[in-house]
Formats: sequence, C-alpha cells, structure tokens
Amino acid sequence: MYQYDSYDQAMVDTRVEEFRDQTRRRLEGKLSEDQFKPLRLMNGLYLQLHAYMLRVAIPYGTLDSRQMHALADIADKYDRGYGHFTTRQNIQYNWIKLEDAPDILADLAKVEMHAIQTSGNCIRNISSDHFAGAAADEVADPRPYAELLRQWSSFHPEFSYLPRKFKIAVIASDSDRAAMKLHDIGIQIVRNDAGELGAAFFVGGGMGRTPMIAPCIRDFVPLDQLVTYAEACLRVYNRHGRRDNKYKARIKILVHEMGAEEYARQVEEEFAHLLEQGIEPPLAELERIRPYFADPEFETGLPSELDRSDPEFALWADSNTHPHKTPGYVSAIISLKPVGGIPGDASARQMHLMAELAKQYSFDELRVMHTQNIVLPHVRIADLHALWSQLEAAGLGAPNLDTIEDIIACPGLDYCSLANARSIPIAQRISERFAAKGRTRELGELKLKISGCINACGHHHAGHIGILGVDKKGVENYQLLLGGSEAQDTSLAKITGPGFDEAGIVDAVETATEVYLSNRTEGERFLDTYRRIGMEPFKEALYG
Amino acid sequence: MADTPGTVLGTSPDEVQFRFRDDDVVDHGTVTVDSFVDQSNATAVRIEPGDDARELLPHLDRIALVEVNFPVFGDGRGYSAARILREAGYEGELRAVGEVLIDQLAYMRRCGFDAFAPDTPLDMADAEAAFARWGNVYQHAADGAEPIWQLRHG
Repeated sequence: MYQYDSYDQAMVDTRVEEFRDQTRRRLEGKLSEDQFKPLRLMNGLYLQLHAYMLRVAIPYGTLDSRQMHALADIADKYDRGYGHFTTRQNIQYNWIKLEDAPDILADLAKVEMHAIQTSGNCIRNISSDHFAGAAADEVADPRPYAELLRQWSSFHPEFSYLPRKFKIAVIASDSDRAAMKLHDIGIQIVRNDAGELGAAFFVGGGMGRTPMIAPCIRDFVPLDQLVTYAEACLRVYNRHGRRDNKYKARIKILVHEMGAEEYARQVEEEFAHLLEQGIEPPLAELERIRPYFADPEFETGLPSELDRSDPEFALWADSNTHPHKTPGYVSAIISLKPVGGIPGDASARQMHLMAELAKQYSFDELRVMHTQNIVLPHVRIADLHALWSQLEAAGLGAPNLDTIEDIIACPGLDYCSLANARSIPIAQRISERFAAKGRTRELGELKLKISGCINACGHHHAGHIGILGVDKKGVENYQLLLGGSEAQDTSLAKITGPGFDEAGIVDAVETATEVYLSNRTEGERFLDTYRRIGMEPFKEALYG
Repeated sequence: MADTPGTVLGTSPDEVQFRFRDDDVVDHGTVTVDSFVDQSNATAVRIEPGDDARELLPHLDRIALVEVNFPVFGDGRGYSAARILREAGYEGELRAVGEVLIDQLAYMRRCGFDAFAPDTPLDMADAEAAFARWGNVYQHAADGAEPIWQLRHG
C-alpha cells in the first residue's frame, strides 16, 4: 500500500488548516454560501436533505486496517454509528455537523486519508480495479498509475473550476471491473507489441441523464507521457466544455458534439505543445511509487482444495471468492448486501471487524468495490472457513455476490436533495422477495442497479436490470430498464415502457426474471438471454 | 459599451490590490481581444472567458498588460488562458480581474497571474494567508514552483 512521505503528509495537513480557515470565515459571514459551496464540495461536504454529508476519499479503493478502524471511529464519534460505501469506492457519512468537519479531516489526516476533491467541479478521487494486484489477468497493478495521477490531480491549479465534475478510472486488464468506459477518462494499462507498458485512453463516457460509452481516443500513451497526455485531455475540456448548461457540461457532451476524432486531434495538438513544457514527472517517480504496491510475502506450497463439508460455507465460498494469481489464495468478498438491508451500509462495529479480519487474514489490506462491497484481496484458502464463520456471526456472510440481491442503490430520497424517488426501500423489497422465494441462486449472475433520479448515481443504465425512480405528478414512479453492462462488454440499458409504482416495480422485476428463466439456454446469464431474444418477449410479459 | 470595438475597458492601477512585480503598474485601459488583434498600436488587452488566448500569441512582444476577467469565480477558463500565455513566454503583467476571491488566489498565482484587481477588495490578512499557505505543490505550472516529484528526485 502507498504510504505518505513528509511531502504528502504536509499537503493533507495544509488542506486541513485551509478548510478550518474557510469554515471559520463561513461561520463569521465573510464567505457567502455561494462562495463557500465549491470550497466545501472540494472537501467532500454536501448539504443533503437532513444534514451535511461528508464523502471521504479511498484512493483506488485500497485501505489498511488502521484506516478502516479510523473510518469506524469517525462513524461513532461524529455520525450515527455507520457509514455508506459508494460506487466510486469511497465512504460517506450522512449526519455530519459543519463545525465538526475540520476535526474529522484532521482525524483522517492522522491515518493518511482525506476528503480532497471527492465532490465539486474538479478531478475526483481516482478509482480502480478492486482486485488490483490479486487478479491473474492483469498486465500490471494499475494502482501505481492511479497514485501518480492522484498526486497530479490533487490541488491542480488549472483544473479546479472545470465545467463539471471529472471522474477517472484506471484498470490494467481486459476484464473491466471498474466500469472504466463509463468514466470521463477511462485508462487501461496495456502492453504493446514491443512488450512495453503504456496507457489506452478512453474519453467521454459517463452515466447521468445522457449516458455515453467512452470512445478510445489513443490506444497507447507511453508511461513517461501519462501525466502530460492527461493534462492535454483536461485542458481541451476546460477551455471548450460547455458552461452554458450544467446538464450538458460533462466532457461526454463535448466529445459527442465535437466528435471523438476532432477531440482527439485537439488533444494531440495540446499534447505536442505540453510535451515541450516539461511537466511530466520522471519515470523515477513511478519507480518510487511502484514498490509500495509490491506483492506481500505469499506463502508457497499452500493447499488449494476447499473443505466443502459445511454446505453453507461452501455456498458462500463458491459465490463470494475470486481466483487469485497465487496458488493457495483467493480474494474474498464481504457482502454489504444482507437481505432486506441498505446496500453499502456498514456499522462501526462491522467496520472494526472487517479491519481486524484484514489484519488477520489478508496482509492488512482491504478494498472497496464499486458495487458497494468489501474485498479482502489475499486470503489463504485454508483460512476461508474461519473467516466466513466470523463474517457470518456479524451479519456479513451473505453469499450473494453478483446475484439479484447484490444491488447497487443510490441513497435516493431518503437522504439526497436531488432525488425524485426512494431507492433503498426498493432494493430492500427486491432482495427480500427473491430471497424468500429461494430464486436468487437459480438466477445466477444478475446485476440490478437502482437510481432515485436521472443523475444515475445508482448506475441504472449499466444494470442487467436497471431501475430509475422518477416523480410522476408528485408520486414516486419506477421505470424498468434491461440490458446494461458496466463490464468489458459495456452496454446501456433500454427502458421497457411505462413505469410502475412501488409495489409494481418489484413484481415487474420478478416478471422479467421469469421471462429469462423460461427462455434461457444452457449457461446463459440474464444479460445473454436478453441480448439474444431482445426486448419484445419482456415487453409482452410486462405489458401484454 | 464594452463590446464596441476600440472601447477602452479595464481596471485602473488603484484597483490593483495585490501585485507581485517590480515594474510600474501598467496604467492604460485594455481592449477586447478582437479589437487588439485589429489594432497595431494597442499594448493592453482583456480576455473574457470565451476568448482564445492563443490569438494573442503572434503579438506578445507588444503587450504590457493582459487582464483576464472572471465574471463568475466558478468559470475556470481564465486559468487555462493564463497558463497558455506564460507557456508561450509572455512576461508582462497578467492581471486577474472580476470575481477574484480569497480561495482562488493561490491557484491563480500558480497559473501565472501576478496582479489582482478584485471587484470587491479582499481582507488583507486572509489574502496574505492564502498566498502563503501552500509551501509545496504536486504539479508543474506557470509559477516556477518545483513540484514535489522534483524535490524527491532532484
């Protein structure tokens, strides 16, 4: 894991002082709310329906037990004893007092954490593959590149008042576990024919009210030009992105309106110019960062067989583990999706336990998944049963990864001032319905994602089944979408037809799954069947 | 008015609240980028957010003052305009005008601004604290500050 040196530490400490000073000036009336708003947003502080919400950055979703304990302590000390893990691998607290925020940032800085640029029209926290450094299919660990870009993008003087927010994801395998093409910039670390590592840049993806899949604008940027190329991408956007309409201000609109080719041409021109400016850190900086992400000391000769004598355990192990590059190990996923629970929420007690388990079983490392679960990346197969027993006892043992119970949901109208409808209760009713009928396992991989408004924080466009909450003459109404994917086969879901009320949407999801079950061929996932048979049979069953 | 070709715009020397240059304050009005490009004798120009700073690059040797206007502080195009001018070698006064606030001063300095004429004068103590706050920086920009990576690797 990356560790701050004295420079990194000084930067976050300075930020705490700065924000303390900004908060003081706001409370003294020297800053208007309009002037203060972008400043607090760039420190992760939103005003929600009932209170301030603080979003804490977890760079590329990686943290250690000390940090997870600190997040739990913050939940206890300043919030109501829980936190919510988000689709960008961060954590947010929903019940924060403005005057406490500087102290929380100071507590975070003590464990090398911060809330820098987790909101606002700036470059946000950089996300990555939650199995980075553990998966067998990557060409390199993507996190050193994400860390290089984290530093470049932090307090960037030119790009802190962009037309709109800006999200970057970095992956390093052909399997996309980070929804890379649905980011403003998606970077895939690749190896070229000469065996050299470089970066493919996908620019102009996103969800929101106008979902777009990012086109590749350059298939290979050498590693010693990575920062310069990113700077060129951002400069073209900062200068030419639309500022007349906030709903058309994301880079996806610029790339779409300008055309990917013309955007790429302008980036190349700016890139050629910036290469002469000497703004690129030397490769030595990447070499300094890389050892922090070196493999832990994996044991060799470990057994790879699973003791399947306990069927409940075997079920969990089959569902909630991912193959590891090292024999005898797996990545274990802690589901934050108990049946009837709030997707992504964890209590302080659960966070403390996950931290302890990471220390005991996973070389002191945890990851946050964009699907709002937690990964222990490096667990000995021989330890899995002991790990599972402790998770199960704490309500963290749900064997439902990538199933219909593993729902992504935004906070919705229960918390968010932008929402049109509640998301959380819909997620709860759906997981309860399928669990009660014992259908979950039979349905296999089925990614269901719920957003409470058109801004799409719950990724409904990318759900095999998506649900979008809208306001229909003052009543919550839910549209059903089918056929989205955030993986390497990225696709955008399509609306089935007229929306449903709160009870109707749960029935509609069940109807859609019945169409799947009666049409699927051997080995087909819901998404595969939908792609093969198309929308019509679903429409017929839903509205026919 | 401001859009009429040749109309003199801009801030006067007594509106400049902060200046980080040793030469005398440039004391003549600015004109729009369009007017400037058409007039061969103008030496001061004002960039609005939608203007392309690169139109000025052929004329840098005759410019003594560039004002970059921030009509609203949240429109960040002026930061790019400033850096583009500095990257092209412009060494004259680069003055931020308009809605220039305490918490944008440090980033403006980094992008090459060396004079500030805020619409509303700023609290001196708060401004001085803001200018002095960041001892280190993560990126190369237009202020000559050595990025942290350079300090790490020499």
